Amino acid sequence: MSETHGHPNYIKIWYWLLFLLIISTVGPMLEIPIVTLITAFGIAIVKSYMVAANFMHLKFEKKIIWLLLLMSICLLGVFFFGVGSDVMMTEGDQWIDCIEDKSCVEQRL
Amino acid sequence: MSMQGPIATHRQATGIPTGRLAVWWLLASEIFIFGGLVLCFVLFKLNGTPGFEDASLTSVAAGAINTFVLLTSSLTVVLAHAAIEEGNVEKSFKYIWYTVGFGFVFLGIKTYEYTGKIIHGHIITENLFWSFYYTMTGLHALHVIGGMIIMAIISFDIKKGYNFQRVELIGIYWHFVDLVWIFLFPLLYIANF
Repeated sequence: MSETHGHPNYIKIWYWLLFLLIISTVGPMLEIPIVTLITAFGIAIVKSYMVAANFMHLKFEKKIIWLLLLMSICLLGVFFFGVGSDVMMTEGDQWIDCIEDKSCVEQRL
Repeated sequence: MSMQGPIATHRQATGIPTGRLAVWWLLASEIFIFGGLVLCFVLFKLNGTPGFEDASLTSVAAGAINTFVLLTSSLTVVLAHAAIEEGNVEKSFKYIWYTVGFGFVFLGIKTYEYTGKIIHGHIITENLFWSFYYTMTGLHALHVIGGMIIMAIISFDIKKGYNFQRVELIGIYWHFVDLVWIFLFPLLYIANF
């Protein structure tokens, strides 16, 4: 069960989250790409930190939990760059179009 | 605090109760599931894949209301945890069921949204955007349903006077479900960048 630590003011945090929700909904209505990016995704990061730190009590957790989550996010980064090259770079000397060039299908058989 | 139940709930090697550590491990694996989907969505969108302009067809109002519902449910579940720490079982039971109620509201709005989209022909196979939309929101909804069922079971456990620590554990899980939605909302509803 929880170690002895004080509880944050949950109602106050909830009010802040609702305030940020309004900004993140209204901001993109301006239809300015940079404002959309900041208000939609920037605020999503702030909101998620507030939920994790205060509601999930992450700010009271031991380092091992932070390391556990950091490891997950780092491995997600490895996944991103691994898959990213496959999705984003569809042209180049090493790529074979297996629909046009049947040789790669034959190689698999 | 009640010390009944499986030994894993009241022994520890890391300074963190094993049950809570297990929930964090679960969430670490969930980061891959949802994080992987979100990153693939972003990759395809940045690559200019056709169909992603359909994000403008999703209802911002429905998404915003659902965000409000989940944020509020996060508040009620953390209040349930605070109440059980004070030993107030009745109050905790009440807040757990408020949270389950918010879960139903969330699913109701989601069902309304799905129905509208399907009636207009936007099904999972229409294009890549709708494939991502239904996969991500559907998987998220399954997590909501799972959380609601577990919460209902825990609420009756605490009424009987045991497994009080599980209120905190399901709370951590539920906040994660909220957290995932915090990212899905801008991605699928409001950011047509």
